[in-house]
Amino acid sequence: MSTSQTGIGSRRLVVGAHYGIGSWLGQRLTALLMTVYFVGLALCVLIHGDTSYMGWSERFAPLWAKVATLIVIVALLYHAWVGVRDIWMDYIKPASLRLALQMLTVLWLLACGVWAAQILWKV
Amino acid sequence: MSTSTADTPPSSSSSTERPSRKFRNIHITDLAAYRLPAAGMVSILHRVSGALLFLALPLLLWLFDLSLSSELSFARLTELLERGWVKLVLLILVWGFLHHLVAGVRYLLLDLHWGVDKARSRLSAQGVFAVSLTLTLLVGLRLFGVF
Repeated sequence: MSTSQTGIGSRRLVVGAHYGIGSWLGQRLTALLMTVYFVGLALCVLIHGDTSYMGWSERFAPLWAKVATLIVIVALLYHAWVGVRDIWMDYIKPASLRLALQMLTVLWLLACGVWAAQILWKV
Repeated sequence: MSTSTADTPPSSSSSTERPSRKFRNIHITDLAAYRLPAAGMVSILHRVSGALLFLALPLLLWLFDLSLSSELSFARLTELLERGWVKLVLLILVWGFLHHLVAGVRYLLLDLHWGVDKARSRLSAQGVFAVSLTLTLLVGLRLFGVF
């Protein structure tokens, strides 16, 4: 973005949809990744039919499974960030409130990501 | 919902001339009576289900944690899932996930310019409800022990 578009100092534009194409594409690519992962996981569980603790936890035991799951969770967090930010941009007009909500959204998602990693690496 | 207003031109209006149609934003109280087409229903529910899943993330992670931590926590999860209200909450989240997923696939196809015309987009919107609600029903039947 050039400064002529965004303004400088108090005129600087801090919210808006002017950086959309990367987010738009990212949201779709992450959607594709999550679809493949969740459909694959569901099929695995349905085909094997093992609903015991051992069967379930062993699925996440190998390192590649942890890494794949964590990548999907990171994709989910980015996907959710774009989507929830869209909601705030559509309905919340005051910039201060919108920024506060966006900040809370980031914290919420980051906390979930850290927790997810901790859960995965316990197994 | 269009924001454009097309007012009648103030020119030589004869009494036989019909006033042109006006388009305005509907008021929030009109929402209940507004007949949203299937594609519109898919769209707003895509947003609602996405927001729901976002808010439920810690709950879902907690369930994931219970399922993986130990044999004991897994048993606690199975015990928890025997309660009716837990089943209901879970089923709502399952619906949210399935609707978001199936509607999302439709949006990916629309982004590839597949089925953009009115007739096919209407059909695919109805298809989204058919698939997501059927799958939700199946999960519900399994959850409540019908099979």
